[in-house]
Amino acid sequence: MKSVMSGAKNDDEFSPSAPSFYDVLSDRGVRWIAFGAGGIVVFLGLYIIFEIASAASPAIKEYGLRFFVDTRWDVSRQEFGILAEIWGTLYSSLLALLIGGSFGVGIALFLSQGYLPNRLSQIFRLVVEMLAAIPSVVYGLWGIYVVIPALRPVAAWLHEYFGFIPLFSTSLSGPGLAPAVIVLSIMILPTVAAISQDAFAQVPQKVKEAAYGMGATRKQAILKVILPTASSGVMGAIVLGFGRALGETMALAMLIGNVNQVSLSLFAPAKTLASLLASNFPEAGQVELAALMYAALALLFITVVVNAIGAYIMSLSKKQEAI
Amino acid sequence: MNMNASVARLNDSVGDETQRNEAEVAIDAKINSIYYGKFRAVRDSHVPIRKGEITGFIGPSGCGKSTVLRSLNRMNDLIPIFKMDGDVHFMGQDIYAPSIDPVLVRRHIGMVFQQPNPFAMSIYDNVAFGLRINRFKGDMDERVEGALRQAALWDEVKDKLKQSGLALSGGQQQRLCIARAVAPGPTVLLMDEPCSALDPIATRKIENLMHDLKEHYTVAIVTHNMQQAQRVADTTAFFSVDISDGQRCGHLVEMGRTNELFENPREELTRKYIRGEFS
Amino acid sequence: MAGMQNLEQTQVFNLARKPYNRDTLVNYIFTGTLFGVAVIGAIPLFSVLYMLITRGSSRLNWDLFTQLPPAGFMSGGGIGNAIVGTLVMIAIACLFSVPLGVMGGVLTGSLAPKSRTARTVRFIAKVMSGFPSILAGVFVYALLVVGLGTYSALAGGIALAILMLPIILLTSEQAVSMVPQRMKDAAFGMGCTHGQVVTKVVLPTAMPAILTGIMLSIARAAGESAPLLFTALFSNFWIRGLIEPTASLSILIYNFSGMPFPNQIELAWAGSLVLVLIVFAFNVLSRIIGRPRY
Repeated sequence: MKSVMSGAKNDDEFSPSAPSFYDVLSDRGVRWIAFGAGGIVVFLGLYIIFEIASAASPAIKEYGLRFFVDTRWDVSRQEFGILAEIWGTLYSSLLALLIGGSFGVGIALFLSQGYLPNRLSQIFRLVVEMLAAIPSVVYGLWGIYVVIPALRPVAAWLHEYFGFIPLFSTSLSGPGLAPAVIVLSIMILPTVAAISQDAFAQVPQKVKEAAYGMGATRKQAILKVILPTASSGVMGAIVLGFGRALGETMALAMLIGNVNQVSLSLFAPAKTLASLLASNFPEAGQVELAALMYAALALLFITVVVNAIGAYIMSLSKKQEAI
Repeated sequence: MNMNASVARLNDSVGDETQRNEAEVAIDAKINSIYYGKFRAVRDSHVPIRKGEITGFIGPSGCGKSTVLRSLNRMNDLIPIFKMDGDVHFMGQDIYAPSIDPVLVRRHIGMVFQQPNPFAMSIYDNVAFGLRINRFKGDMDERVEGALRQAALWDEVKDKLKQSGLALSGGQQQRLCIARAVAPGPTVLLMDEPCSALDPIATRKIENLMHDLKEHYTVAIVTHNMQQAQRVADTTAFFSVDISDGQRCGHLVEMGRTNELFENPREELTRKYIRGEFS
Repeated sequence: MAGMQNLEQTQVFNLARKPYNRDTLVNYIFTGTLFGVAVIGAIPLFSVLYMLITRGSSRLNWDLFTQLPPAGFMSGGGIGNAIVGTLVMIAIACLFSVPLGVMGGVLTGSLAPKSRTARTVRFIAKVMSGFPSILAGVFVYALLVVGLGTYSALAGGIALAILMLPIILLTSEQAVSMVPQRMKDAAFGMGCTHGQVVTKVVLPTAMPAILTGIMLSIARAAGESAPLLFTALFSNFWIRGLIEPTASLSILIYNFSGMPFPNQIELAWAGSLVLVLIVFAFNVLSRIIGRPRY
């Protein structure tokens, strides 16, 4: 201790020095590496889009916009179109959003509005997180051996007595839209629940107090004040959940039946863009490959647009909070 | 009449006599303890709120005056670890009895908070909120206008009722919250430091407003500002806090007619606080 | 103003609960609905876990980890090569995505958070995090599988890396930007270069949170199957090199799930159990690491 003290006073062996050559080099090095990494990320992101687009270009030239209105996917005649897949993707995702979205928002309310003691709601949050962590193939397997068998008698009954409604116009023979939608809803539920929980947490305490102070019941406070105040965050959650549903692949490839047809029936097999890629890619020839790349590009475009809308809505909710 | 006699008589009037004459008291709170978890926040406070008057709660920070106020309409129920030992009588009923619906209590005892907290809705919808949840069937426009007039806000907002309540200035927002609180016709109005977030001019407007509100409602107001209590309150309750082994426990020290309490307090503690010897 | 003279109000209200009052009733129904929603929402998790444990644990023995997958009508066998394949591809993915992601996060979170470069990087990372995972497979197929002429562990690993990269970058950015400015100021004040501030103060302070992000991204990648489907493909043999088709747990489950043989279906369940355990393990690890130390 003493030597250090005296050293600081008059020992001139040590004094602050200019940064050494090594210091300067490492400083530059860290910057270069960081900027390099950033550059690679940007390049990669753009290159992914470019690569898929250029691989798709033969098909774009060949089929043009007709690709989006043609329901045929005929390898032998080399006629390709993805109308059925777009229909299947949007239809399954919207239905899943209806179920998974409302359950997700409901669970977020249940966990954030004081219905449960703190510890219990933490356990429940863990359940939702585990739901999110289970891999998509495992859901697919579960769908095949649990959901489809459980659904079959329900579907048969609905078809028999309500077959005149287009939704139930076919019977469930195995894989089909309904089991795929159920599993898909489970997969987007945690996304919607997590993001809307954040949105509810951002509702200021003073606003909740105002509602309860007026003598609102919990239901009135939630539906009339808390939900409207958090509405843009909840909307963002739902749109981002939609983006997640659009790109989901494996569970759908295992459960939806992979038949390209446009049908309203919940029990008919269908096909989505992602499941088309999953099932046809490995054995595709040159021409079909280009068509698949075109389909991939369409999927990319749809999801990027949906996610951009979601991000925009979320940014609105952040702005609102700032006021 | 000498001073001491008048003080004694007055203390009687707010203490024992009020109990004899129940019609005079709107809310009679006898609080033995308020706990947050294991922490005893308030002890031994008997606070009768007299009908048709403004009762001010003053005292140093942490003395439990806001806690007591919020226990008068069961707002504290929203805090899971809140527990109260005691009873609060309102309209002849103990509002902490198990059979009582706290939601109904809050519909009769309205509240205005420290921070102006209008909902993210139009001015009109803010005021109509309480009427709608009570399923008011009459002339909504008339009721909204009446409430806004009572809150002395009508002339400022009558041309922009459809605009967001959040677009108003802080003082206007607070008056909007008062309008919202009075619109469904509560009996009592609790105000928790309603001016603490406002500038002096807006504060003055609210204080003037309170004299009019007294015509229609029983008011209890927490304030950290002694001058404000002197200006608006008919009766004042002084709370203090005792600190033992790091625990702070608030309690009522004394309560009396405002001018008496400020001019001739019974307790030494009150005298010191009024002289500004601690805060 | 009628009805507002509340002081003269002589009517005494009854404040007791009215169980058949419309508001109270509707409130109860609402509470019940939310409760039901939560219970129904939790059922799938317990059903999946129940199936995994009852169907998967019957094969949870040494053979499962040491044997190769059985062919058609054969009995026995295991999923050893798939477990190894999954781990190898995760390692490859980390090799590419961790340095890029963390340094990218340092750039956008600490070195130049407001620069145009950082904004571009952040934007691209957000866009990439929304890519459907199968598109990573499509891209790597076009780039590497076509280029190398074969499916490979390398291609599978890089496809996973593309999924992990934006997650790691965005969580690292978050972690790095949480380092208090006063800590950085202290280091600058002592004459540190910007590089030293990053390596000696920012990275060590943010490390637990960065590792949390990495663990979460691994947990996500371990369960992914779509990007491996036509990059790594599958193999019935042990891995011998990085440039050959490689087995993975998720693809094994996918392939075996549709087979008509009970033995394979049992293995698919056992594989799912192992896969879920791996994913959960990394999730738990991320929580343990992420606990603040100071």
